[in-house]
Amino acid sequence: MTRSVLHCAVTHRRGFPSLTKGRTPLVPRQATRPPAIDQGFGTIVRAVVSAVLLCLGLIADCGWAQPRSTGEAIAAVAPKLVKIFGAGGRRNLSGYGSGCLISPTGHIATVWSHLLDADAVTVVLDDGRRYTGTVLGAEPSLDLAVLKIEAEDLPYFDLAQETATAGPGARVLAFSNVFKVATGDEPVTVMHGVISAVTTLSARRGVFDAPYSGPVYVVDAITNNSGAAGGVLTTRDGRLLGLLGKELKDNVTHTWLNYVVPIGPLKKPIEEIVTGRFTPSNPSETASADRLTPRYTPADFGIGVVPDVVERTPAYIDSIQPGSAAQQAGLRSDDLIVFVGDRLIPSCRVLQEEFARLETGDTLRLVVRRGERLVTVELPLPRKPTRGE
Amino acid sequence: MMRLLVCFAVAWVIAVPIRAWAVDPAVLAAERERVAMIERVAPSVVAIFAASGEGGGSGVLISPDGFALSNFHVTSGSGNFMKCGLNDGRLYDAVIVGIDPTGDVALIKLLGRSDFPAASFGDSDQVRVGDWVLAMGNPFLLATDFQPTVTAGIVSGVHRYQYPAGSILEYADCIQTDASINPGNSGGPLFNARGELVGINGRGSFEKRGRVNVGAGYAISINQIRNFLDHLRGGRVVDHATLGATVRTSFDREVLVDQILEQSSAYRRGLREGDEIVSFGGRSIGSANQFKNVLGIYPDGWKVPLVYRRAGQRREIIVELRSLHRESELRAKPKLPGEDRPRPQPGDEPKPGDPPRPVPQELDPHAARVPEEWKHLYEERAGYANYHFNRLMQERTLAAFQDFAALKPLTGRWKLTGTTSAEQPFQFTLADKGLGLKLGADGVFYQPLDGTDPVDEPPQTGGLLVALLQFKQMVTAGPDGFSVCYYVGSEPLDGAGPRCDVLLTQSGQVQSRWLVRQNDHRLVGFDTSLTRDVDACEIRFGDVAQIDGRPFPSSFAVRSGDSEFGTFRVTSVELLPTPPTGRTSP
Repeated sequence: MTRSVLHCAVTHRRGFPSLTKGRTPLVPRQATRPPAIDQGFGTIVRAVVSAVLLCLGLIADCGWAQPRSTGEAIAAVAPKLVKIFGAGGRRNLSGYGSGCLISPTGHIATVWSHLLDADAVTVVLDDGRRYTGTVLGAEPSLDLAVLKIEAEDLPYFDLAQETATAGPGARVLAFSNVFKVATGDEPVTVMHGVISAVTTLSARRGVFDAPYSGPVYVVDAITNNSGAAGGVLTTRDGRLLGLLGKELKDNVTHTWLNYVVPIGPLKKPIEEIVTGRFTPSNPSETASADRLTPRYTPADFGIGVVPDVVERTPAYIDSIQPGSAAQQAGLRSDDLIVFVGDRLIPSCRVLQEEFARLETGDTLRLVVRRGERLVTVELPLPRKPTRGE
Repeated sequence: MMRLLVCFAVAWVIAVPIRAWAVDPAVLAAERERVAMIERVAPSVVAIFAASGEGGGSGVLISPDGFALSNFHVTSGSGNFMKCGLNDGRLYDAVIVGIDPTGDVALIKLLGRSDFPAASFGDSDQVRVGDWVLAMGNPFLLATDFQPTVTAGIVSGVHRYQYPAGSILEYADCIQTDASINPGNSGGPLFNARGELVGINGRGSFEKRGRVNVGAGYAISINQIRNFLDHLRGGRVVDHATLGATVRTSFDREVLVDQILEQSSAYRRGLREGDEIVSFGGRSIGSANQFKNVLGIYPDGWKVPLVYRRAGQRREIIVELRSLHRESELRAKPKLPGEDRPRPQPGDEPKPGDPPRPVPQELDPHAARVPEEWKHLYEERAGYANYHFNRLMQERTLAAFQDFAALKPLTGRWKLTGTTSAEQPFQFTLADKGLGLKLGADGVFYQPLDGTDPVDEPPQTGGLLVALLQFKQMVTAGPDGFSVCYYVGSEPLDGAGPRCDVLLTQSGQVQSRWLVRQNDHRLVGFDTSLTRDVDACEIRFGDVAQIDGRPFPSSFAVRSGDSEFGTFRVTSVELLPTPPTGRTSP
């Protein structure tokens, strides 16, 4: 998926000085079209264009002041960005990031990341004022977190009026504190680009390991760098399109994907978090539940595995529940699980995955190493999985 | 009929979308304009190759006689002579002129023509975030035909400060762009949408991703380079400056003086620990980075206005900046042709030489040798990139002393008489055994010349008597009368006035900076300091007049530090040709 997305950049034309005047149509003039098109399609396209333009007109009528030039749009958007400093600062884990204000009273949307793994984070506004921010809520499945600082009368993105959607070819601006270039009251970095694709990022573990799975904009600009996550993608006239994602590298091609999570699906959880109606789920549970629906776990058999602490934690049995199937089969603590069925188990993570693949009716066959010996045991599967659906 | 309808339908289907998706004429016009602009500026873009044929980078011509800007980290590995390709397809010899190792700037001179196509300077302080910019150059040394590569982007940030990382190289007040800047682009121009040179591309945020563009490139602002340009033309190894004080941003976001050296000019002007810096160099200061940005654009020796606040009271002073590095630090990098290029910034900026890239073909089997034709254009001397060019600038500056050519043989006793602005009569005597001043009814000041240290006489002038002796020495003996004489560069007169060329002379500890206004090549005055870290005696001349048949400044104003000593109106001079004792003044 990731690879194909990278290659499907749409031809686009960038007018040069026209950047500074007038609004860019959201649908590009030079959209890609198949050579053979029927009349019906043309009509539909035109109808869609009209509808979009009409909507834009309506949006403008809603009271949103449209900037006249890119420079004005940048000047209007930049103050809505914040620099976030939190946990991290070690190798490959930067201690800085970006976010954007979504209310005049200090609500900030950003990505859910290690940065927020602290009791409080430091938020620096565009004018250099520093605040302590607390995590109000998070939706790890959408890679979203909402912070709160105690401030008033701040410039912000009005999620009801100042958002937009865009298609491939649309010219966009990205704002973030990439590489921590800006400190204090220095304005954040602005990049320009074009939406290459609107697609779905499917994050399959091990193949295309992505922190987020769902709809994304893919952009041709190198927006997703250290510290950029949580920054914003906007239209050329400054309407919010989405939040910049994390750095994402394809392990096969070693190319980097610059994706942006559209603001649309984020609006509801943001609103719920802000109004306090959101029920935060345990991030790790939600995250793993989202990536892989666990049908069976070792616990279902009475097997307690050692805590999964490193990338490849060996799958040692930590404890055996008395009276469980595992005890009856003769498994003991300190056994190292080396095979589930025919699959070699290098780590606790793979063990969890293999258990999750089990279907009711299967027989679980484990090979464990006990001292110098290999021991094979077979376990019946319990009727109903205890977790998941 | 049916067939006709089908034809119409097909025609409609084909024609309508074309009309509906036709490109706005304004876009096409803009495109044509852009293409024309690129064609206009491309001839000024230089592809630089080390004479050995290994490595290189980019540059840009800034004058018809061939001066071109590049990065220090490009030229430092290219030897004193290099080969430069222009988009006319021709290869030119070039010689190193001046380097700024701290600011990562180098000035080279292309040879063989007097009508090189030169880029025109823009005003980098007018560059705004969101402006279109074009980076041009020779990324990955792709252009074997010397046609520059063009990459477009917007300005992502202005007044960026990039910390020195592991070396003295520091990017202050630079322009950040998302135009692709890759290894080999180093030293190339950043043009604004009008095709004016606004920066020199030099550095990218290359922490990861295999040392290629990651969307954040940095260009040294052309306004900073302009401050150093004459220094570079003088063949020097240029240094940046320090205030002699460090600052920090307080919790209330005030920029406060953290520590200050008592030897600094700022300390002598009254700046103390804890004072709040309000503005510096005419720019308001809101963070320590902004302070460093302003400091980073000035050469050492410049006088810069500074406003500070103490206990609610605002004070304006002019501070003289000191050099940032020791000479040995600046000279740390050997510049031998064929040697491995030095790495001023490990892992952090584009460098010709990595990553894997096509190796340019050997241009000339004898290229690594210095071209015989141009050999005379390079003169090695410690502390200079190319002393030949300092010599040229010395000659240009010394021409201003032609006004006083008639005084040359008058090495004997000098007597200058007149009245001061306070209507006090004065008489200076510059004799062989000593220097004296009679001022008013009972003011007598004396400086013996028997080997005793020079003194601040009259007090609070910074050593007026010794200063006048420097003038006598300069007009009678010329630069040979001093142990050291070199061209410094240019600076605004007293921090804000017209640009002046600066020539520095030294004899013993006494240093003088001779100021020659660039627009009319007139000697406007000089500053003499008796030793390091004291306020200089600043003498500013009035018009040169014929006094008693001799060309002499009709008046001169004297000040030192904060205090204005007064203006001396010269009404009579007695300048004797031969020393009565047969000895010359020291």
